[in-house]
Amino acid sequence: MSRLLDSFAVMFGREPAKPTPAQQTDAAKALFQFKREPEQVKKRKQFIKEEKTHFKPGNRWRIRRWISIVLVNLLFVLSYQFDIQVVEGALTASRFVGFHMADLNSALQVMLAYKEVVINLVIGTSTVLIVWWLFGGRSFCSWVCPYHLLGELGEMLHLKLAARGWAKDHQLHRGTRTVLYVVFAALAVVTGYTVFETINPVGILSRAFTYGISLAVLWVAVLLAVEVFYSRRFWCRYMCPIGMTYGVVGAVSPVHVRYNAEACLHEGECRRVCMVPHVLSMTKFGWNEDVKQEIGADCTRCGMCVEVCPTGALKFDIKGLGKLL
Amino acid sequence: MSAIAQFLGEEKSDRREFLRSALLGTAVAGAALGGFLPLAALAESRLRPPGAIVERDFLAACIKCGQCVQVCPVEAIVLADIDEGFGIGTPYIAAREQACDFSCDALQCILACPTGALSHKPSKPEEVRMGLARVDKPDACLARQGLGFKGQARGEDYEGVHRYAEVDRWKPIPVADHPYDLPLCDLCVRECPVKGAITLEPMSSDPNDKRRTPVIHPSCVGCGMCEMICPTEPAVLVIDARLGGSAPK
Repeated sequence: MSRLLDSFAVMFGREPAKPTPAQQTDAAKALFQFKREPEQVKKRKQFIKEEKTHFKPGNRWRIRRWISIVLVNLLFVLSYQFDIQVVEGALTASRFVGFHMADLNSALQVMLAYKEVVINLVIGTSTVLIVWWLFGGRSFCSWVCPYHLLGELGEMLHLKLAARGWAKDHQLHRGTRTVLYVVFAALAVVTGYTVFETINPVGILSRAFTYGISLAVLWVAVLLAVEVFYSRRFWCRYMCPIGMTYGVVGAVSPVHVRYNAEACLHEGECRRVCMVPHVLSMTKFGWNEDVKQEIGADCTRCGMCVEVCPTGALKFDIKGLGKLL
Repeated sequence: MSAIAQFLGEEKSDRREFLRSALLGTAVAGAALGGFLPLAALAESRLRPPGAIVERDFLAACIKCGQCVQVCPVEAIVLADIDEGFGIGTPYIAAREQACDFSCDALQCILACPTGALSHKPSKPEEVRMGLARVDKPDACLARQGLGFKGQARGEDYEGVHRYAEVDRWKPIPVADHPYDLPLCDLCVRECPVKGAITLEPMSSDPNDKRRTPVIHPSCVGCGMCEMICPTEPAVLVIDARLGGSAPK
């Protein structure tokens, strides 16, 4: 329970902390002692040296995700433009072969602003809630959100520019998103308008795909420019309230990435590629509370850490199914 | 000493990070709040689809998904852009380009709406109150001059469509494909989908006086068909959005 609360606190902006001995299990402590033996340290260094020659991370998960994002968004477009009627609407709300679906954050903004909830919205919101609880909330971000794909491309460009010294990553405080979340919720209640929707890049992009390009796309371009030149993954990391809504929903999801300290060499490759590296703090040497543990609530299940880990210490896992498989 | 310097350096970078976060966070919230400006500047409301609730509530209740756009058989409904601020992604009807002529019969847009921004209260076209027609340019009206009309109502390049029951009960066709030849122009009355909402009344007691003037009655639902079909440029008839919402009593 305290681990879950910690995971929430870190998602809301607290810096992850090294666990106290009281928080660590005996098995974790024993493993830590074992790993500190001089012979083990030497072995680990040797291993890391060798692995560089034969391990090259692939792109499997990234390709799968990109296909998923493109396919889902394409289905919206084709449903309208070619009348195949699979998912009608936009990512804010839609009908999937006739069943109501509503984006949890957009639905929340409407409920707070309008203060009345019709049954169709209840149906749509519950359906989506169950779906994303199952998959793990923030998997919406990396498996469906069209802005995430643009953000990833922007990040690649940013890293290229940064390597040449043409751009620098300015980190922000992650609590910014929590503050904005409260601000937008309060604004919806007080003004009675869905204030956040005005700048919601997910809604803007999804509508632009289906109903045609709009001026609003310029705002999305501004966000992207900030990400490329000023702050790596600015919107998804520090700003987007949608990500936080889904993060909360998926905190106790059956699908998650599982960390196995026994296999870990503590190289930190996973934290380098991760959009939300604070969820991987337990991969630092001596930071794990247990030998095996789930990674934090802010995780988008993008699979980048799974891909890049040379020893398989990070793996996708489904609760209950793990034993069966 | 070096520990203190390091600590101070750390603190300085922390302060910078805090300032950056506060600044950019405020910028994002400010950009969103900027959506209020177009609302304040807008003199009149958009003509909303059938069933739309009171404009203020409409902006709050609409989830900006465009499902109403997708079901409209004449594609009368379009979505507002970011220049309408909080109204971004909300549906409206530009009647002069394409009016709602109730080709769908059963108010499909209302059925499509997931949030109740389009109220389910109206169950047939006659119960809708989306706007009210008004004679805006009486001097240009052909009927008021006793003139007829021959040809395509809106010219050959006009892309709008209309369901002509006498041509095809189920399929709307381009207005440009349906030329008229009328001894006295009565297009607004002829194509009005709501019986008795608009009539042409004599302008004098002289039975030889051909002139007629359009009169709008309370049963007008504001669908915009008269504004769309009016052959003069600009249109004699315009629709004023009914700000009080469109649900009937």
